[in-house]
Amino acid sequence: MSNSLVLHPAFVLIVSALALSVMRGKGRNAVILLAPIFAMIALWLLPEGKLWEVDWLDYHLTPLAVDKLSRLFASIFALMTFAGGLFALRRNSRLEIPAAFLYAGAAIGVVLAGDLVTVFVFWEIMAVGSTLVIWSANTTSAWKASLRYAMIHLAGGVVLFAGVTGHLLATGDATFSRMQPDSIAHWLILVGFLINAGAPPLSAWLPDAYPSASWSGMVFLSAFTTKTAVYVLLRGFPGTELLIWVGLFMVFYGIVFALLENDMRRILAYSIVNQVGFMVVGIGIGTELALNGAAAHAFTHIIYKALLLMSAGAVLAATGRSKCSELGGLFHSMPLTTICGTIGALSISSFPLTSGFISKSMISQAAADGHLQTVWLLLAAASAGVFLHAGIKFPWFVFFQKDSGLRPSDPPASMRWAMLLFAFLCVALGVWPEELYALLPYPVDYVPYTAAHVVTQLQLLLFSGLAFFVMLDYLKRTPTITLDVDWFWRVAYPSAARQAAAHWENLCARVTADVSVKAVTVRSFIARHRQPDGLLVRSWPTRSMAMWVMVMLLAYLFLYYLGR
Amino acid sequence: MKNPAPRTHWLDEPKHVQWLWRGFIAVLALTVLAELVFSLHPTFQIEGWFGFHAAFGFIACALMIIGAKAMGLLLKRPDTFYAEDRTDE
Repeated sequence: MSNSLVLHPAFVLIVSALALSVMRGKGRNAVILLAPIFAMIALWLLPEGKLWEVDWLDYHLTPLAVDKLSRLFASIFALMTFAGGLFALRRNSRLEIPAAFLYAGAAIGVVLAGDLVTVFVFWEIMAVGSTLVIWSANTTSAWKASLRYAMIHLAGGVVLFAGVTGHLLATGDATFSRMQPDSIAHWLILVGFLINAGAPPLSAWLPDAYPSASWSGMVFLSAFTTKTAVYVLLRGFPGTELLIWVGLFMVFYGIVFALLENDMRRILAYSIVNQVGFMVVGIGIGTELALNGAAAHAFTHIIYKALLLMSAGAVLAATGRSKCSELGGLFHSMPLTTICGTIGALSISSFPLTSGFISKSMISQAAADGHLQTVWLLLAAASAGVFLHAGIKFPWFVFFQKDSGLRPSDPPASMRWAMLLFAFLCVALGVWPEELYALLPYPVDYVPYTAAHVVTQLQLLLFSGLAFFVMLDYLKRTPTITLDVDWFWRVAYPSAARQAAAHWENLCARVTADVSVKAVTVRSFIARHRQPDGLLVRSWPTRSMAMWVMVMLLAYLFLYYLGR
Repeated sequence: MKNPAPRTHWLDEPKHVQWLWRGFIAVLALTVLAELVFSLHPTFQIEGWFGFHAAFGFIACALMIIGAKAMGLLLKRPDTFYAEDRTDE
């Protein structure tokens, strides 16, 4: 035990979550705003290295370990908790913010864990916290979605647990370090991680569950689960080639489904899968530049995706609507929300001078440096597709297009400040990338702003924009949804289960009818012998006992003489 | 929530939208012409083609829209498909 007296940033948030659940009024607001700041300070006071070490059963655990990668992720999580708390300050729910802080604390716990057991424990707390955040929206659909969400994540947790157990049995070492998918245990760990990343085939849990959260709940949800998955993949499986193809699938899955989607927050949910896909590709490529790119992209993504969801949340809170077919023309009365949403949209599209430009391009550059031409071309197509589905489609259908006649006003001050903070960061990171580059796990000698890069990126994006407006007729919004794999667990499986249950009942009825006749015979036979006066149960008089013993002894004597 | 007499915004005027379109097309042309001024240091041969990124961006997006549309024919359903969504509204 070499535990120094340090404050674990995860516990700062988890303890404040417990306190917040009973607090009210100004004290509550103060804790919401101060706890993430304390967590951030606690994090930056920690030196690098293994800080807490415990021996548990036969294993050496490290519940608190810090290096550049974990500090980067913990920092953005703390920052996200602050902005999310500020945005949600006026949300009228006693459950949501405590749940979100528990969730955020657990996410920080995962990224500061030095061993797989601690990772697993915080992983499960995260599942509980996020389920509660969805649940706190307090609608029937949110309740049902939270159950489906919990089901997927608990199943993922079981897979991860099996993998961790197998790893412990095989190696006896709990340290969370780089692994190869070379054994069943490691495959299970990889699958457990990928489920949380929104990877196929279960990606649909994300666009199913997140958009049923409240207008502020989804802002929290967008940040933690998928990005802790990115973190654990970065630490556990860098350079695993399979991840390139998994990531590319996620990228295009997100684009195509987002293009078909009508609900603005489901568009943004699909776009989370799309963006995490870029990070997973970077992890699969596995060079220092690619891993830096994946980490940087996770950092910038959390900010601009939260910003996009804040602007969508402001619209939802003001109008109660989230379907593109019922929105439009909101720039008239929500100028600030429009501007902030557009900055988020430009950032996710990687426009020069925004944060996406300086992070996503590192992954593309790593593909080019590795001469992976197919991967590079697909990433370029995907970048164009991001502008299409999130960069233009979201702001266009929500804030512009036809005038819906709605004239809601910009949200209250706490929400405005949260949006302004993140809009500022999107631009600041794009203009001064060095600050972020200094935090990345490997030294960076990548220069995003070259004439060639700016020109080619502008060509790619602006011509995508042209394609959007030229083909606008094909993108007209209809009040529809698109079936996704969640159909299997929302429709196919329940109806199969109902049919199976009906068959089972039928079978039981038939068997009962067939067997009952025989059963009556058997029963009466048993009863005759076993009832209180039955042949085998009734008590026998002592004298008959004595007589039978005498008969047996006589028989024995007789046979004995016969034998001689 | 609704103003009694919504004042028209300059973006509501078709004339101004047309200006925006012209500006947009001019910028598009500029980004392609910029290739004549700046060297692009292509990594792959295909990148060296004149206007490659512009054409690739446009074609990739067109294909994705058509692909999504085709998938939509198979997979689109009314948004009341999952019964529980009805109970909320």
